[in-house]
Amino acid sequence: MARATSRTRIAVSTAAAWIVGLAIFFPILWMVLASFKTELDAFAIPPKFLFFDWTLENYGVVQKRSDYVLHAYNSIVIAGGATLIALLIAIPAAWAMAFAPTKRTRGTLLWMLSTKMMPPVGVLVPMYLFFRDVGLLDTRAGLIGVLCLGNLPIVIWMLFTYFKEVPKDILEAARMDGATLAKELIFVLAPMSVPGIASTLLLNFILAWNEAFWTLNLSSADAAPLTVFIASYSSPEGLFWAKLSAASTLAIAPILVLGWLSQRQLVRGLTFGAVK
Amino acid sequence: MATRQTQILGRSVTAPSVLLLLAWSLAPLAATIYFSFTYYNLLNPASGQFVGIDNYSYFLTDPAFLASLKNTLVLVGSVLVITVVLGTLVAVLMNQPVIGLNIVRLMVIAPFFVMPTVSALVWKNLLMHPVSGLFAWIANSLGLHPIDWFANAPMLAVILIVAWQWLPFATLILLTALQSLDGEQLEAAEMDGAGPFSTFFYITLAHLARPITVVILIETIFLLSVFAEIFVTTGGGPGLATTNIAFLIYSQALIQYDVGGASAGGIVAVILANIVATFLVRLVGKNLEA
Amino acid sequence: MKASLGAFIAATALCATSVAYADTTLTIATVNNGDMVRMQGLTDDFTSKNPGITVKWVTLEENVLRQRVTTDIATKGGQFDILTIGTYEVPIWAKKGWLVPLDKLGSDYDVDDLMPKIRAALSVNGTLFAAPFYAESSMVMYRKDLIAKAGLTMPDSPTWDFIANAARKMTDKSAEVYGICLRGKAGWGENMAFLTAMSNSFGARWFDEKWQPQFNSPEWKKTLEFYVSLMKDAGPPGASSNGFNENLALFDAGKCGMWIDATVAASFVTNPKDSKVADQVGFALAPNTGLGKNANWLWAWSLAVPAGSQKVDAAEKFVSWATSKAYLALVASKEGWANVPPGTRTSLYQNADYLKAAPFAKMTLDSINSADPDHPTVKPVPYVGVQYAAIPEFQGIGTAVGQQFSAALSGDKSIDDALAAAQTATEREMERAGYYKK
Repeated sequence: MARATSRTRIAVSTAAAWIVGLAIFFPILWMVLASFKTELDAFAIPPKFLFFDWTLENYGVVQKRSDYVLHAYNSIVIAGGATLIALLIAIPAAWAMAFAPTKRTRGTLLWMLSTKMMPPVGVLVPMYLFFRDVGLLDTRAGLIGVLCLGNLPIVIWMLFTYFKEVPKDILEAARMDGATLAKELIFVLAPMSVPGIASTLLLNFILAWNEAFWTLNLSSADAAPLTVFIASYSSPEGLFWAKLSAASTLAIAPILVLGWLSQRQLVRGLTFGAVK
Repeated sequence: MATRQTQILGRSVTAPSVLLLLAWSLAPLAATIYFSFTYYNLLNPASGQFVGIDNYSYFLTDPAFLASLKNTLVLVGSVLVITVVLGTLVAVLMNQPVIGLNIVRLMVIAPFFVMPTVSALVWKNLLMHPVSGLFAWIANSLGLHPIDWFANAPMLAVILIVAWQWLPFATLILLTALQSLDGEQLEAAEMDGAGPFSTFFYITLAHLARPITVVILIETIFLLSVFAEIFVTTGGGPGLATTNIAFLIYSQALIQYDVGGASAGGIVAVILANIVATFLVRLVGKNLEA
Repeated sequence: MKASLGAFIAATALCATSVAYADTTLTIATVNNGDMVRMQGLTDDFTSKNPGITVKWVTLEENVLRQRVTTDIATKGGQFDILTIGTYEVPIWAKKGWLVPLDKLGSDYDVDDLMPKIRAALSVNGTLFAAPFYAESSMVMYRKDLIAKAGLTMPDSPTWDFIANAARKMTDKSAEVYGICLRGKAGWGENMAFLTAMSNSFGARWFDEKWQPQFNSPEWKKTLEFYVSLMKDAGPPGASSNGFNENLALFDAGKCGMWIDATVAASFVTNPKDSKVADQVGFALAPNTGLGKNANWLWAWSLAVPAGSQKVDAAEKFVSWATSKAYLALVASKEGWANVPPGTRTSLYQNADYLKAAPFAKMTLDSINSADPDHPTVKPVPYVGVQYAAIPEFQGIGTAVGQQFSAALSGDKSIDDALAAAQTATEREMERAGYYKK
């Protein structure tokens, strides 16, 4: 910038941004604090902000009762698998739509997106019957399949909008030089699309991680991810706030850390073709 | 224009995903259409006979149907307005010189990572509870009467929770767009004597028009099927105050176990979703133009 | 693509079968309430006594569990070997042939020791289809200090008028003390469990002998008017979203003068670790209006084995273990008598150690004994069940009606409108289910 930014301006915008940021983050912070309180303190009025008896008791209870590691592992495998497979299918498809569009491309994309708007509960019973017949109930593979297909429309669309921003001249130049399709994809398109692919991957990983309808209804013991872990702590008879907060903190911790570590990638590619 | 060869190639690489999606949406869709014409209650094994359009007339004449249609639109519309307006403001703020921007950004995007069930539970019991919630304590400390959120403003409460979850998404996209805005253009406008407000309206907002439409499209897809937040907080009530289409179909399917009725509801929802999708795509048409 | 999809299915089928034959593994679906969590913690005792059987737990919150288990058993998905279900499901499912009759519980099980009311509720034509894990009725829990301050004495069997009067006197809104906390959150197992039981004591009923809904009757109107005006004067804010837990939290925090709810709550509110008012709680039977019915319900969380299970023998062994006298003694030795699952066995209420450790034992027993699922109402009805009607449609109808009554409580709807809407919704549903033609 040519003009020096005044100190007051920095001070004002810093203060404003921090206040806004803290306000948005506060519910999560409050939950994490509750996870270190006793059940009675979690409900105390006036609320106890920092001066309460910090306790790890809730984490101990959760640790004793549930196999957190198994649930977390399932979440990672299911969300990761679903996202990776969706990417493998979607990259060629989005490439084709972006660089070799036909008359039906627009219609196809639209229809793909509209499948995402169908409420899943409407097809639960047919799905359950199908899963029962092919032996996919309570398997990670089954959940990977469902979540992969569920996210595919979004994945294709994100990649499509991203690929469209790749200058066509470069591709044509490569083609003139005799590059095959595979080479074109690997050497020209891929490097230019890494940020887009990375943010697509992250966004869909988050969506798959938090998916709580199919994961709850199609798994029971072996394949149950963290969404099921949460359902075993919410609303039992009795006070459960602090314990639920501890379980919730554990359930969102991995994804929060991943999201924070990768926020630059997430932000860089998250344009949906909206930025020229 | 692409050559004929690339078009063929294009089709052959598109085929797997299109086929999979076809299988995914058509097979259950076909089953759903089939069930929607039969009487099928999970708790009544004797069911299965063809009943014509009974399920549809039952679903559409349900007094809850129109209410839930209205609630769905109110919910989607309000959350879109809140997240776009606040998202723009937060994005503009974060585009200013801020000390510790990285940490602020972390805090702003965090709600997006939280499972909907968890955020609904936290908001309902730790924040909005009229006796032991934090908001009630704040209101009392200020000498105000605490709001009884889920009894007196249930829809507003649900909207706030959902908007909180989607605000980071809108902010992120709009922020990315802002960062690509040409600084020189802004400076030129300021040189020409444009005030900060007219600069914001004529240059920044104009630049954000396209990302905003994208935010609207993506969010709508997810907002049409908001469920966990309602299930956890109000259970669709009081009365029908917060029953949306997704929740209505849920209660048909998993409280009444009426698969036929739920299937009919599912088909109605698909038709409605396609109408909405057509509108939306008109709106963001430019982005989809090949 | 097809090939890979095929491989994908084959691979998972392989996974599924290889797990099944290693050992007998029981998958148990249960609710995340405290007593079940304790049972989960004691699994080792069972597996050490039964080598060759391993146990996997699926512990979920009540609503999610119910939809999960119902979907699975109705589609014969075979995901679970033991189900945790209630007195509502047992007769319906047993009549459909979905449950295995429990006739191999072992010689030392002493089935005659089960509480007669509970055993009857879990049997069809004299055959037991589920074993009770813990059972509850409902009763009044009140604050001795607050009622003394109001200058009143709680009788053992209060009337609704006494309760209303006491509630209004105990209320001190500026100190955030509310005379009475009652359920308001919509749901067939939430506000409707309470309101249906309450309506029984007012002489109302869900259906007449011809399955005609009765929400247009004066008894229902009286019930609802009494409830709404009482809650308005003496209830806490936000009552229309309060269920069992919300009220428990309020009572524990010292904000309720009285609370009418499940008898199992007694052990929570008298536990000084969670409750601020643990030493001030008294108990009384659920109120009546002198018509011969008290407003208390009957419920038992029970273990059942789905028909078609390949592991019936192992499953029955587990059911027998978890609902036996020995299990009660096991819990008592590890956690103390006050924490054993209540309400299922007569012998427990003759055990001096238990009576000493649990001040609420007598009132719990009296409450359970005074509930009568076979004759729940003053006027005759075609259904069984106190706080529900044991027909498959009840979950849906009960929840829809619960929404209307919740709206009446929050003031969104007038009482007349709520009753009219409840009547219409119930008629619609009963007609669709084919109980009668209009």
